[in-house]
Amino acid sequence: MTAESLAAKHGFKVLAMPDPDRTVKGCYIGDLLSWVMGRARQDNAWITIMSNINIAAVAALSDVSLVILAEDVQPDENVLNTAKAKNVNIVCSPLPAYETAVRITSDV
Amino acid sequence: MSEFLNFHFDVDGDNFVSAGQASVQMKKNMRQLGLSPEIIRKVSIAMYEGEINMVIHAHGGAADVNVYEDRIEIILDDKGPGIKDIDLAMQEGYSTANDHVRALGFGAGMGLPNMKRYTDDTQIETVVGEGTKITMIVYLG
Ligand SMILES: Nc1ncnc2c1ncn2[C@@H]1O[C@H](COP(=O)(O)OP(=O)(O)O)[C@@H](O)[C@H]1O
Ligand SMILES: [Mg+2]
Repeated sequence: MTAESLAAKHGFKVLAMPDPDRTVKGCYIGDLLSWVMGRARQDNAWITIMSNINIAAVAALSDVSLVILAEDVQPDENVLNTAKAKNVNIVCSPLPAYETAVRITSDV
Repeated sequence: MSEFLNFHFDVDGDNFVSAGQASVQMKKNMRQLGLSPEIIRKVSIAMYEGEINMVIHAHGGAADVNVYEDRIEIILDDKGPGIKDIDLAMQEGYSTANDHVRALGFGAGMGLPNMKRYTDDTQIETVVGEGTKITMIVYLG
């Protein structure tokens, strides 16, 4: 499913969607950036509660297709501009990380 | 074959906001060169971990990426404190990062292991009190 359709289907709030047609495949949950770099696969959705500016670079470099901020976490200032510049999709889910993952599991 | 393309980056030591800029820029450069997504991903992740280490452990430094016909060489050079015990530093989970850095999601002690994992060769030259030079190689094809 594309990043845009996934967000629409599950009612995730769109914060940045510069690459709406990107296909989301599989999912990785984690907040420690080196673990994400080491373990997330290309095209994964990345679910995290980390909200600082570095998530944009990590998402871009690890080639994840969509960042889902769980627990209604709001990104820090500048994250969204940076995400748009780096072609990184970011949405926000009101649910905890595990429940967010369970929700999307059959779509990714 | 000694011809190569060089990309040079200065890595700012105290700027967490721009941390990763060199790696992100290098990723763009590699896309333009038409390298495979697999190679691009390996090089940019290894370079990012090294770049972050220079920012959080060494007050910045310089990154050079040399693209040869058969390989990519990533050289990270800093004048930071050096690494006392390389074997210990290479262990997954070992980190001397402070709480501020950890709160940002860094300091998992997985940086050097990731650099090793995503490259074909990693050489660390370090002198305590003088600095650290890390050379990584990723073979193409
Ligand atoms: N460029 C560097 N200069 C000085 N020390 C470093 C450098 N890179 C790594 N280190 C040391 O090696 C340790 C392990 O590095 P790494 O695996 O990247 O984990 P982390 O960065 O999460 O602490 C660091 O905590 C630090 O003590
Ligand atoms: Mg590190």
